[in-house]
Amino acid sequence: MVDKQRVDEATGTKTVGHEWDGIEELDTPMPRWWLWTLYATIIWALVYVVLYPAWPMLNSATEGVLGWSSRGEYQKAVDAREAELEPIRQALVSTDIHDLPKNSALLNEAIQGGRSAFKVHCVQCHGAGAAGSKGYPNLNDDEWLWGGDMEAIEYTLVHGIRNPDHDDTRFSQMPAFGRDGILQPNEIQDLVSHVRVLSNREKPSASATRGAALFEVNCTICHGSDAKGDRIQGAPNLTDAINLYGLDRASLTDTITNSRYGVMPRWGQRLDAATIRMLTAYVHSLGGGEAAPVEKDSAEQAAATSEEATPADEQS
Amino acid sequence: MDTLLLKAGGWLAIVFFAFIAMVLAADAGFAVHMAIIALAAGITLWVTINKADYAAIGRGILKAPDPGVYDDDPVRWGVIATIFWGIAGMAVGLIIALQLAFPVLNLNNEFTTFGRLRPLHTSAVIFAFGGNALIATSYYVVQRTCRARLAFPGLARFVFWGYQLFIVLAATGYLMGVTQSKEYAEPEWYVDLWLTIVWLSYAAVFIGTIVRRSEPHIYVANWFYLAFILTIAMLHVVNGLSMPVSLLGSKSYSAFAGVQDALTQWWYGHNAVGFFLTAGFLAMMYYFVPKQAERPVYSYRLSIIHFWSLIFLYIWAGPHHLHYTALPDWAQTLGMVFSIVLWMPSWGGMINGLMTLNGAWDKIRTDPIIRMMVLALAFYGMSTFEGPMMSIKAVNSLSHYTDWTIGHVHSGALGWNGMITFACLYYLVPRLWGKERLYSLRMVNWHFWLSTLGIVLYAASMWVAGIMQGLMWREYGDDGYLVYAFSEVVSAMLPMYLIRAAGGLLYLAGAIVLVYNVWMTIAGKQRDEKPMTETPHNEDLDKPIVGKPAIAPAE
Repeated sequence: MVDKQRVDEATGTKTVGHEWDGIEELDTPMPRWWLWTLYATIIWALVYVVLYPAWPMLNSATEGVLGWSSRGEYQKAVDAREAELEPIRQALVSTDIHDLPKNSALLNEAIQGGRSAFKVHCVQCHGAGAAGSKGYPNLNDDEWLWGGDMEAIEYTLVHGIRNPDHDDTRFSQMPAFGRDGILQPNEIQDLVSHVRVLSNREKPSASATRGAALFEVNCTICHGSDAKGDRIQGAPNLTDAINLYGLDRASLTDTITNSRYGVMPRWGQRLDAATIRMLTAYVHSLGGGEAAPVEKDSAEQAAATSEEATPADEQS
Repeated sequence: MDTLLLKAGGWLAIVFFAFIAMVLAADAGFAVHMAIIALAAGITLWVTINKADYAAIGRGILKAPDPGVYDDDPVRWGVIATIFWGIAGMAVGLIIALQLAFPVLNLNNEFTTFGRLRPLHTSAVIFAFGGNALIATSYYVVQRTCRARLAFPGLARFVFWGYQLFIVLAATGYLMGVTQSKEYAEPEWYVDLWLTIVWLSYAAVFIGTIVRRSEPHIYVANWFYLAFILTIAMLHVVNGLSMPVSLLGSKSYSAFAGVQDALTQWWYGHNAVGFFLTAGFLAMMYYFVPKQAERPVYSYRLSIIHFWSLIFLYIWAGPHHLHYTALPDWAQTLGMVFSIVLWMPSWGGMINGLMTLNGAWDKIRTDPIIRMMVLALAFYGMSTFEGPMMSIKAVNSLSHYTDWTIGHVHSGALGWNGMITFACLYYLVPRLWGKERLYSLRMVNWHFWLSTLGIVLYAASMWVAGIMQGLMWREYGDDGYLVYAFSEVVSAMLPMYLIRAAGGLLYLAGAIVLVYNVWMTIAGKQRDEKPMTETPHNEDLDKPIVGKPAIAPAE
């Protein structure tokens, strides 16, 4: 073999003397930088396995000189955050919910925490911007099915909506007028026309007039004679442009024929009281939050009076 | 005649049993698979009976193959299969890249969802494209570097067709939802068993050929092929251990549970990268780079040290896929430490490949095939630096579960595995089909630039996407709370996903240029173009050494 060794002209290096299908090999020494880097990584590795948990023994592994563990590191970070959060949580839970708006620093903390919790637990249905989608309410507007003051929002969060096997849940069920044979398909179409007239989607028509009569008999008990809904029953206001399932004819026909049965989980079961209060504050802060009912009554009266007054003034 | 009868009877029995199993199948997926097996065995039966040389059998003399030429039929089939599966796998890759950007492309249909097409893509490019390339080149290289014909030619053909059947069973299984849910090891128990038979036959052919060699020493490429074949056999068998629910059904349960299962899976998964995509492809590099460059391998000593250190270290590095999980800290530490030490052994292959060009650097300018090889080695070097870096826990805590991993994998897969395979195909096709040269070297250049641009777009967009994802997931506001919802991070990815899909499209376009070039070459056409550097081929030396007994390895 050795006699086949030759010096490669281009590199001036000797060949090893082997040859396979015309391929020869040079006897170049390993590049020094390569070798020293390899040694360096080995030395680093030897140091590292002394410092950190590394070698499995009979019952457990070596723990490493530094005493580091991934669970320990995680616990340290969690504990530090918990220490920051605990006073806020305590304060939130011990404050009466009606007094929360008065403590603006605490309210602000609650809203920040609520925004974060919302991104984990609520965005799946209500969307990252809380704008909802078909079947999932928009939380940014001032239309509330079950009430929009802090206490009402918190109740909805804790007990959920139409949550099975839970007596305190928000519950109502609209009849499936078509499926259960209460109304005939043509009657449902008349009712759809009426509802669309109520919300200014359509111009009055003969169909809508017939629908108005049907509405009077079948719907006012929940939606009210003025069709403005009833929060105690979660019955929506039908006179505005907002509707959870859509105001087009197809959607309304589906709603009246088959009814709807939207469900929201009861978070009281899954989240602690402080986090729920944070979510309450956040949802309340989104734009549609209402004041507590007592004040609301007077405020609404005042607003109503002024509203009544203004158009009257204009008309006169 | 007796052997023929025995063979035909055997295939008939398989048709019969597969048919019975199809009728009695516990689930639809298993029934479809048994039908495919019955069909495959039926076709083999028909070919066995039809192709038999009855006249020769009658005379009692079987026509022996010419011992004076290499047994290249399975290599030619392998080249075609590599290209076919490559195009299929890359096209599915493009589809799923677009599905991530436009979810509507899932087509609201279980068979075409991302979850089912994704393993179809990964298996098609790794095991069908890469696997066929490895089998074909290993058959080619081992014959030439041993100066001997393939041992067990019948078995060698069985390996090729058996492997294609494995691919078809795996791919149809994914579409039907038949999976054992282990990444890169999705096929169910009976497909695993079939692959085991095929793989052991492959090992027998390869080792048998080495044993029959006419050269005193075993060339370095064959060390790498051998490490690849033996280790994959071990990985596949251990990770595939499972208990079928029914012998007539597709469902099985892993022999391992919990974190043990996860660790076994990533011991397998990481070494599938290490021994399939690294060792196997380094074997290709070690033969085709010096052949194409017409230069001696840079350093024999480096090849020894980096071979042994690579295969010793790689096998321990799997736990780095399970950082910050239920896996005990000690195993995470060892996985990370072995990954870091693996850096230089990996680079040994890059150095030996690149420096082999010493004395032929001008070829990068004049020979587009060499240019592809150099690009492949450069991406190999980048990926094998990036890998150890990502195995560092602090880096991994940012990169894990993000698209950075996808970028890393594709810089290796598109840059290293893809480009070295294309270069080898361009080397092989004129030689295997006895053509003077490729249809067009200039089209190889086109392929090179389309692919390079594609890889750059792909890798860069996924690096940005991954780091952005990692940073957004862990971003805390001044108030101490997380800033982004998961959905916001997802929607921020859209531009990156579009760039990625564009990169994939360019890469696929490059591969289609290859298809045309290879097609025309095999058809015997030569494009009229300004010539570039051709690597000469000596037909007279491309023959096994006949009549000389195998030489025992020198002392």
